[in-house]
Amino acid sequence: MSHRYVLRKAWQLIPALLGILTINFVILHLAPGDIADVLAGEAGAASPEYMAQLRSQFGLDQSLPIQYGKYILSVVHGDLGYSYRYHMPVSGLILGHLPVTLVLMGLALLFAIGVGVLLGVIAARHVDTPVDWFITSISLVAYSLPGFWLALMMIVLFSVKLDWLPSSGFETIGADYRSWFAALLDTLRHMIMPALSLAAFYLAVYTRLMRASMIEIFEMDFVRTARAKGVSPSAVTFRHVVRNALIPVVTMAALHIGSLVGGAVVVEQVFGLPGIGTLAFEAVFRRDFNLVLGVLLFSSLLVVVVNLLLDITYTLVDPRIELM
Amino acid sequence: MKWLTEFWDHYRRNKGAVLGLIILGAIVLVAIFADSISPGDPMDLVTQPFVAPGQDAAFPLGSDMLGRDVLAGVVHGARVSLLIGLVATAVGLLIGMTIGALAGFHGGRLDELLTRLTEVFQTIPSFLLLIVIVGIFQPNIATIVLGIGIVSWPELSRLVRAEFIALRSREFVQAGVAIGMSDVRIIVTQILPNAAAPIIVSASLAVARAILNESALAFLGLGDPNILSWGSMISVGREVVRTAPYLTALPGLAIFITVLAFNLVGDGLNDALNPRRRLR
Repeated sequence: MSHRYVLRKAWQLIPALLGILTINFVILHLAPGDIADVLAGEAGAASPEYMAQLRSQFGLDQSLPIQYGKYILSVVHGDLGYSYRYHMPVSGLILGHLPVTLVLMGLALLFAIGVGVLLGVIAARHVDTPVDWFITSISLVAYSLPGFWLALMMIVLFSVKLDWLPSSGFETIGADYRSWFAALLDTLRHMIMPALSLAAFYLAVYTRLMRASMIEIFEMDFVRTARAKGVSPSAVTFRHVVRNALIPVVTMAALHIGSLVGGAVVVEQVFGLPGIGTLAFEAVFRRDFNLVLGVLLFSSLLVVVVNLLLDITYTLVDPRIELM
Repeated sequence: MKWLTEFWDHYRRNKGAVLGLIILGAIVLVAIFADSISPGDPMDLVTQPFVAPGQDAAFPLGSDMLGRDVLAGVVHGARVSLLIGLVATAVGLLIGMTIGALAGFHGGRLDELLTRLTEVFQTIPSFLLLIVIVGIFQPNIATIVLGIGIVSWPELSRLVRAEFIALRSREFVQAGVAIGMSDVRIIVTQILPNAAAPIIVSASLAVARAILNESALAFLGLGDPNILSWGSMISVGREVVRTAPYLTALPGLAIFITVLAFNLVGDGLNDALNPRRRLR
C-alpha cells in the first residue's frame, strides 16, 4: 500500500472536519443565551458591567468571524475549550469518561457482529424454511425495540426478580478485588445488560444484512464455479460466501460508530454509567456548551478515524481498492 | 386503479406486511378516536395512585403514582407518536429530497458540495446531535420535529440522489429536456414519480426510527413538557420500576408495537414495489 493513498484519504477528511466544526459553531451561536447569561443568572447579579466583563473574558465580545477563526485554531491545537461547570479542560473530561463508553461500545459491537453474522449465516443457509422465518422474526423484533425500554425490562427481570445481575454502575462500589481477573469479571457482570440493550438494534441490522448479502453472493458466478469444480457445500459457504458477505457488514459496523455513541447516551443514563454519554447529557442540561460541543466533535472524530482505518485495512486486504 | 390491485396482489403475499398494516390501521384509529375512547385530559388525576392493571374495571391498565389513568396515557400517546413520527419524517423528506434532487439532477460541483455536506451530517452522531439541538433550544414539539428531521435527511438525500443519477440519462427525461421543459417540471413530473417507490419504502422505515428517537428523547426528559407521550410515561414510570414495572412495561410495549408495524409495512412495501424482488 502506498503512502500516497493514505495521505490522499487523510487529506479528503479536511473538508469533512471543517464542516463538522462549522456546524458546531453555528449551533453554539444559535443557542439562546451564552455562558455569560447562564453564569450571571446563577450569580443573581446581572449588572451590564458584569455581563460585559464576562463576555470579554470569554471572548464573546469579538466579531463572529474572529470567534470562528479562534475556535478552529484552538481545536486544531487539540484544545476543546474549558468547562465552566467542572472547572476543567473539556479534553481532560472526555478522556476521563471515555473508557467506560469504549468498553460499552466495544462489547455491544462485538456481540452484535458475532451473533448477527452467525444468525445471518444460519438464515441464509436455510432460506424460506422455519429456521429462516424464526431468525428473521427475531431480528425484526430486535430492530423495533426501544433500547432504553429493553434495558429497563432486563433490569426488572435480571436484577429485581432474579437478582442475577447488578442494575447500575461500572463496578461494585467498595469492592476489594483479589486479582485483576476478579475485577474484570465484576466489570463484565456490570456491563452485560448495558451491552445487550445497546447491541439489540445492531444485531438485527447485521443479521439482515449478512443474510441478504449471502443470498446475493450465493448466486454469483464464482460460487457456481467453485461448486462446479467440486468444492464441498460447507467449504463454499465458509471459504467463498461468508468471507465476501462479511465486507458490507464490517463497512456498516464502522458507519455505526456514531450511532452507537448516541445509543450509549441513553443506555448510560439507564444504568448510571459514568461515560461520555452521561457527560454530554448532563452538559446539555447544565448548558455547559463547550463540553457539549466538545463531546459532539470528539465523537465525530472517532467516526472519521475509524472509517479511515477501515479504508486502509481494506486496501491491505484487497489492493484493487486503492486504484478506485 | 389497475396498478392498485396489482400492487395489493404483491403486497399481500408478505403475511407480516399484512399484519403490520392491520396493526397500523388499529393504532391510527385509536389515535383518531382517542378523545372518545378515553375522554378528558390524560394528565388529569382521576383515581388512587398505583392501581394495578386489572384491579379496577374502570381503569383496566391501572394508574400511575399520581393517579393518572395509564390507558388514557397510552391511547393519547398514540396521537403524539404518530404525529411526531410522520411530521418529522416529512421534514426529513423535504430537506433530503431537495438536496438529493439538486445533487443528482445537476451533478458537477454542486453535487460534489452537497454530497460532502451530506457526509458531514452522517459523520456527526445523529442522536447526540438531536439531544444537543433539542436540549440547547427549548424542548417543544417544533424543536423535536425539526431536530428529528435534521438528523434523518442525509440517508433520504443519498437515496434520492442515487435515483436521480440513474434516471436523469433515461430517454423519457432527455425527451423532456428536448421539448424545453423546465428543470423543476422535469423533476416533479418525470423523475420523481419514477423514483417514488424506494423513497416511499425508506420513508416508512424512517417513521419507525423517528418514533424511536422521539420516545428516547422524551425518556431522557427532553420531550415537550406539556405533552404526555409514551417516552415520557416511561421516564416517569422508571422511578418506580422495581415496585410497579407495569408503568414502564405498558407504554414501552405501545412503542414497540407501533415501530414494529411501521417496519413490517416498510418491508412489505419494499417487496411489493421493488420489481427485482418480485421475480423471486
